[in-house]
Amino acid sequence: MPLTLLFEQLLNSLQFGMMLFLMSAGLTLVFGVMGLINLAHGVLYMVGAFACAIVASLTGSFWLGLVASLIAAAMAGALVEIGVIRKLYQRDHLDQVLATYALILIFSEATRWLFGSFPLYLDVPQILATPINLFGWFYYSSYRLFIIFVGLVVAVGLYWLIVKTRLGMRIRAGATDREMIAALGVDIRTLYTLVFALGAGLAGLAGALLGALQSVEVGMGDSVLILAFVVIVIGGIGSIKGAFIGAMLVGLVDTMGRFLLPELLALFLTPESAASIGGALSSVAIYILMAVILVVKPKGLVSANA
Amino acid sequence: MLSINREQKLNLLIIVVILALPSAALWLQEPFYITLMTKVVILALAGVGLNLALGLGGLVSFGHAAFFGIGGYVAGILASHAFNDEWLFSFFGLQVSGSSSMLLIWLLAIIVAAIIAAVIGYFSLRTQGVYFIMITLAFAQMIYYFAIAWPAYGGEDGLSIYVRNQLLSLNTADPMIFFAICFILLMAALALVSMLRNSHFGAALQAARQNEQRLAAIGIRPFGIKLTAFVISAAITALAGALFADLNRFVSPDMLSWHTSGEIMIFVILGGVGRLMGPIVGAALYVLFEYYLGGITEHWGLFLGILLLTVVLFARGGIVGLIAGELKHE
Amino acid sequence: MKKIAIAMALSAVVCTAQATPVKVGMITTLTGGGASLGIDIRDGFMLAVKQAGNSDLTVVIEDDARKPPLAVQIADKMIQLEKVDILTGIVWSNLAMAVVPSAVAQGKFYLSPNAGPSALAGKRCHQNYFNVAWQNDNLHEAMGSYASNIGYHKPYILAPNYPAGKDALVGFKRLFKGELAGETYTKLGQKDYAAEIAKIRASGADSIYFFLPGGMGISFMKQYTQSGVTLPVMGPAFSFDQGILKAVGKAALGVKNSSQWSKDIDNETNRAFVSSFGAEYDRLPSLYASQGFDTANLILSAMKTADVKDTDAFRAALKAADFASVRGAFKFGSNQHPVQNIYVREVIEENGVLTNKIIATALQDHGNVYAEQCNL
Repeated sequence: MPLTLLFEQLLNSLQFGMMLFLMSAGLTLVFGVMGLINLAHGVLYMVGAFACAIVASLTGSFWLGLVASLIAAAMAGALVEIGVIRKLYQRDHLDQVLATYALILIFSEATRWLFGSFPLYLDVPQILATPINLFGWFYYSSYRLFIIFVGLVVAVGLYWLIVKTRLGMRIRAGATDREMIAALGVDIRTLYTLVFALGAGLAGLAGALLGALQSVEVGMGDSVLILAFVVIVIGGIGSIKGAFIGAMLVGLVDTMGRFLLPELLALFLTPESAASIGGALSSVAIYILMAVILVVKPKGLVSANA
Repeated sequence: MLSINREQKLNLLIIVVILALPSAALWLQEPFYITLMTKVVILALAGVGLNLALGLGGLVSFGHAAFFGIGGYVAGILASHAFNDEWLFSFFGLQVSGSSSMLLIWLLAIIVAAIIAAVIGYFSLRTQGVYFIMITLAFAQMIYYFAIAWPAYGGEDGLSIYVRNQLLSLNTADPMIFFAICFILLMAALALVSMLRNSHFGAALQAARQNEQRLAAIGIRPFGIKLTAFVISAAITALAGALFADLNRFVSPDMLSWHTSGEIMIFVILGGVGRLMGPIVGAALYVLFEYYLGGITEHWGLFLGILLLTVVLFARGGIVGLIAGELKHE
Repeated sequence: MKKIAIAMALSAVVCTAQATPVKVGMITTLTGGGASLGIDIRDGFMLAVKQAGNSDLTVVIEDDARKPPLAVQIADKMIQLEKVDILTGIVWSNLAMAVVPSAVAQGKFYLSPNAGPSALAGKRCHQNYFNVAWQNDNLHEAMGSYASNIGYHKPYILAPNYPAGKDALVGFKRLFKGELAGETYTKLGQKDYAAEIAKIRASGADSIYFFLPGGMGISFMKQYTQSGVTLPVMGPAFSFDQGILKAVGKAALGVKNSSQWSKDIDNETNRAFVSSFGAEYDRLPSLYASQGFDTANLILSAMKTADVKDTDAFRAALKAADFASVRGAFKFGSNQHPVQNIYVREVIEENGVLTNKIIATALQDHGNVYAEQCNL
């Protein structure tokens, strides 16, 4: 097997891992701070992608679209938090699941009503449209490198926010002891709205960034939702660090599974059945990974309170 | 002694309504409504299964579609072999044929689902809370993708059942008779769940949900109790799956998808978690709203969403909770 | 609008021969993933109904949300409650397999405007089942044949890992003569193809054939263009049709795709269809819209000569297919699937809009290989 290909696939793994991290960072943040299972995370991802596609087609600038996606998703998140989510913190997880499932139905159908069922156009910005030459012997999509970069920025930014800032201190305190922080005079309601909007904004940003590589249509958030849950469960729910590790691991296993399993099976099967069985196995690789990790470490790789 | 509380009155009313609607449809000669109510009854049965794990045991399984689908595939596979007159499998001289006998299909659906549930439960029950939700989902997704790619029984295209399976000498193709079969099974499952709930086993299960340490301290291993509940729960849902296959004359991986798991869970939550009749009310509301809204507007998803949100925000404890009041903790 | 009104008035005068009303039940996907396909089928179908202005024809439409059990429920409702004579509209093979066998067994007609699973063309064919679009393998066979003819000798082929995906690759290989650089089955619903594109780059392929319907194809094309791999791309029409081209963008320019219909097929019906569809819905019609349009016109043509209550006569009238198809000549083979030309189109830009232009005829009067398994 050529070394270039192996290297490219490792880079793809890293890149896919960063995508997964962007999708799941907001979800794990909201769970960690408010203990909320938010199935509507996927529709916030969709809101971001739609906002970016629409603004980009009106203004011709992808970058303005990116900003719009952050703002639109964060605003949608804040509205949803104030209108609905706020009433759910004291409820058990099942009520949260049902309510946020209802939000999926409402947002998806409303979006379809407003923008129709045909997929929207969103392309990468001109400056990142062509592949670049790495180390002189290898071409790679510059937009995918850009995604890796944004993923790192978001990871570092979140770390800084939570560990170094006053807001982060309150978030950490709020996650461990709600009464305590309220007693200290912090407006916990506003804090929660802020955190939810931040999580939503991150989902929207991910939607816009990945929308340029994928299809922008109603329902695009569904598969993302499941993937994001897989990532944060593997990493340990509520932990940003866990989400990062989980995302990298899932990215690696999924990409390498798609790449290596059919090749491996081709050693002792016909190419046709190797392709078919290899495809089937790689589809479930991440679920096998999740099951194995949870059997060994029932609370995920990184404990949330660490 | 004979005084019954509000929830019991409601339960009686629910049973009367479920029996009355198809009878009215029969009288009006509109068999479609009997079929629709049969669908409600079957989905309610799936919900009753999940409610045992979820309501009584606090085991939030997001993978019950796996058992629902397994029940369906047992019915579909046996029926298709019987229809095509082929051996189900034959090796070393042992030949097993397909079957169109409902009794055999139900039995096999229950056994297969129980075995798989024992394996899934064995691994999943090491985890708790959201981790349990997700690990059960993971197992269900494995089965789902396997079914999609498995060519022998149609893959994503699914498997048709050309003739409805047989039960004794009844005419199962008659909608009212098939409804009656499903209804009796639902009542049997409710009786079983109600009996379990009032038994030592039920008490131990509820204790395991509330305080594992205390249970362990008095010498009961919560793991075994929970696993048993999970397996029985899966078996009931698989029975519903077998009936669902017969109702639709068709099985497909759609029955195994996470959307189906979510829907079964919604029946339970909508009706009222841990309520005996909760899944029936939940399934009835969901199916009827989907049916009526779907006939009126293509934007039915929006209205269904608003309705679900309203129930969850303003009717704590589901519909049964809203009508019958708070659940009394014993 | 005005044109249609005139057409309606004219045809209302002409079509008064038959008086028995015909009720059509359309089950199609109007919400959720792939809703745009169902919407196009419905719009094409209803355009033909409107143009005919035949008050004996009524249509009830319901959304199946791409869920097989819901489709079955709607079919039961339409047959038992609405008492329809004909069912149509289903977009997906798995939904068709759920609904069609039992609907035709109950004596209803089913006319497929899109899905053509092999079972319904072969062993499970039925006298009341007509496919007005294609058998699932057809467009793939055409591209396989074309790829051989223009001298590609080492294509890389990929499709999702489900029955239609497998049929697609088997169909391509059936008429392709040469070796493959590789074949890959992807996860159904997958949206990231970096790993697959890397494999294609390293495989030494001279071309790519892919079948990735819906959002999967959009994602693949966008990512492929940015990867710097520049091999020629081929596919069936589904990933390059009108409804989807805008979302794929310029990445699609130059791609060869196979289709039994194109908006530049030169005949009177097709020209009128394209312009009236544009006038009615303010967009260009797609492959799916053309299939919906033909399906409605087939029903209307049968209504002219036969009474739907006389099942045998109506079936014969459907089978005669005596209507002006947007595809030009149209006829059914022995298993009641179309025998038709399949073209190769190229994606071009026309007045700032991406669309397709026919560049070759891949297969002439092409039926399907399952006909011999069907005893009709």
